[in-house]
Amino acid sequence: MSSMNTSSLTQEMLVRMFAAGKRFDGRKLLEMRDFTIEYNVSNKAEGSARVKLGKTEVVVGVKMEVAAPYPDSLDKGNLMVSGDLLPLASPRFESGPPKFNAIELPRLVDRMIRESHVIDLHKLIIKEGEKVWTVIIDVYPINDDGNLIDAAGLATIAALMNTYIPNLDEAGRIDHESKSTKKLPLTEGTVPLSFTFFKLGDSLIVDPTREEEEACEGKINWGISNWKGKEHMLHSCQKGLEIPLTREEIEFMMQTLPKLYDDTLKKLKKFLK
Amino acid sequence: MNELNKAHEEYEDFSSYPDSGTESATRTVVVPGEIIASGEDLLPGEGTRRDGNDVIASRFGLAEKVGRVVKIISISGAFVPRRNNVVIGRVSDIVHSGWIIDIDYAQNGFLPLMESPRFINKHEMDQFLAIGDMVSAKVWSVSPKSIDLAMKGKGLGKLEGGFTFRVNPSSVPRVIGREGSMINLIKENTGCNVTIGQNGWVWIKGQDLDNEIKARKAIEFIAEKFHVSGLTEKMEEWFAKNK
Amino acid sequence: MVVFKRLDGRKSEEMRPITAKVGIIPNADGSAMFSFGKTIAIAAVYGPRLLHPQHMQDPQSAVLRVNYDLLSFSVSDRKKPGPSRRSQEISKVTSWALTPALDLKEFPNTVVDVQIYILQADASTRVAGINAASMALAHAGIPMKNLVCAVAIGKLDKELVVDVDKNEEDFKEGEAATDFPIAKLANSNSYTLLQMDGNIQPNVVSKAIALADKACEKIYEVQKKALKEVVESQ
Repeated sequence: MSSMNTSSLTQEMLVRMFAAGKRFDGRKLLEMRDFTIEYNVSNKAEGSARVKLGKTEVVVGVKMEVAAPYPDSLDKGNLMVSGDLLPLASPRFESGPPKFNAIELPRLVDRMIRESHVIDLHKLIIKEGEKVWTVIIDVYPINDDGNLIDAAGLATIAALMNTYIPNLDEAGRIDHESKSTKKLPLTEGTVPLSFTFFKLGDSLIVDPTREEEEACEGKINWGISNWKGKEHMLHSCQKGLEIPLTREEIEFMMQTLPKLYDDTLKKLKKFLK
Repeated sequence: MNELNKAHEEYEDFSSYPDSGTESATRTVVVPGEIIASGEDLLPGEGTRRDGNDVIASRFGLAEKVGRVVKIISISGAFVPRRNNVVIGRVSDIVHSGWIIDIDYAQNGFLPLMESPRFINKHEMDQFLAIGDMVSAKVWSVSPKSIDLAMKGKGLGKLEGGFTFRVNPSSVPRVIGREGSMINLIKENTGCNVTIGQNGWVWIKGQDLDNEIKARKAIEFIAEKFHVSGLTEKMEEWFAKNK
Repeated sequence: MVVFKRLDGRKSEEMRPITAKVGIIPNADGSAMFSFGKTIAIAAVYGPRLLHPQHMQDPQSAVLRVNYDLLSFSVSDRKKPGPSRRSQEISKVTSWALTPALDLKEFPNTVVDVQIYILQADASTRVAGINAASMALAHAGIPMKNLVCAVAIGKLDKELVVDVDKNEEDFKEGEAATDFPIAKLANSNSYTLLQMDGNIQPNVVSKAIALADKACEKIYEVQKKALKEVVESQ
């Protein structure tokens, strides 16, 4: 596969196309690619999911571990999100110490999940002040054709919704042999999702292919949910890259995000078990 | 057919590709190590080797026997440059004697200063080709030390306007078609200029966005079909449907 | 004759169900999945491509660079991300197992990268990885003498078994469990991976190899079919 980035000619072409509301794959500027979700990527995970968003593929696994609570939050379980940009997934990803993008991806997922309080961490206490559950989410891209973060967001919530808390044996150790039927406690009605807007020229698009993503000059990631099933609520945000955004653009996103969220949630629900 | 496609013809016999329109020889998919055919009189061609009485596949692809020659048409894998290949690349650096061109291979190409079509002052090389510019060029020579490029010839030179994208390099002969038939069909139906590099990079420039997008779609459609027979007819249908 | 009964009911010479698929990672030059029962390996090949740093380049051949690792959630106790001593050793022996099959002289000064990841581990992960990598290399159009096939032969007490799973790895009775992963060039007398942990008598080794030969014939057919399906499904 190619190591050559999107050319400046193609970038200029995309500026013209976006200005005319067109994309190479025929989508509208604010239209996501179709996606599919599969479960049970690994039966060794307490929950897992694979999302294919166009040709982008991300797998997420959830492991549950017994740990001590953090001293400043003795009354709740712990959450940890990690992951790596496997060199398997793209000619751009290299082995060795993680680059910024590899650090940013799990951090964005972490903030969206943590701030939405979708995981009821207070229900993850095993012994008050001594032992709690740690939820560890690992995010791995398998094929990068752009917009890994939004695919990772979908895979994460799908995996969490199918995560079981393992049984403990008499000594308080995890019993990997017996099958648990106890689901990870999630906040009723809250489904956080990630949406990232990308900017090229004066246009904003969502869900870029890799070619489009490489051409774009600015981006901003939003974590949003239908908070407790009540109303749209933003939980996290991070503007990336050097290009500034205008107030009009920010307001435009606030107008379009709820519909994007509702449409995607509807599609997601078809895959929920 | 323009000069550029003639350049392709010099080293590849397109009559053997599925698009040929003539009754083509049977092709079978083979994996490395598999016996393709047996017989003392057979000649092992590209991608094959002889072992005793047998001709064996050295790589994955479509095995084909034409007369006594047995060879493999590759259907996947990275681009490996050969002399006379037309490639589309990007200027990645300027050195004192020429331009370094990223041709999407493990080694960069080198375009000597004297390949410029007009006299260029050594201090003003970026006036002709600046870093990031796209070019179409021909592979002049390949050695472990360097891949030298040439740019004199019709259809070669700096790419102005339009856009570039990539298809699987092994699909390029199909996209060009026999004697350029496929690429000509695309040009006729879209009115676009199209240049196809053997490295899988394609340049398109047309009159309007819709035709440019359509030309790309058509090329991607062909590139994704491995060995469909009568591809030209299929493409004519495709254009009729995608008016 | 007493028929040895394996925990999951398989016969001694019976492998778990094996599946293979080629072309699973569109970005890669070649890619494949291979599974023995619940053990799932995926592999991607990138290259020949530029090798940095330059002093690692070979002016007479491409360099094969293999990376094997477990995804953190592929095992019961979460594996910390990043290379371990174990994964580095398996990466190296996998590279040695694959190299004899390859002809990399056409691509001097370059590297062919093989990335192997285990999605779900139920023993025999390195041999599943080798089978996937061998298909991915062929899919990438790399010149090869032959495919590489690999299987783990086990010895449970005195009984030789084919394709060891995790329960069998933990077998404790009698002479206990022996794990003997073997790779070879398909349809040949060339063995390219031999590793062993456990207890095995010298005169039993050739029996183990004969079992591996038989299993590899079946594995080869599955690999070959998966490669051909990439084209025929089009």
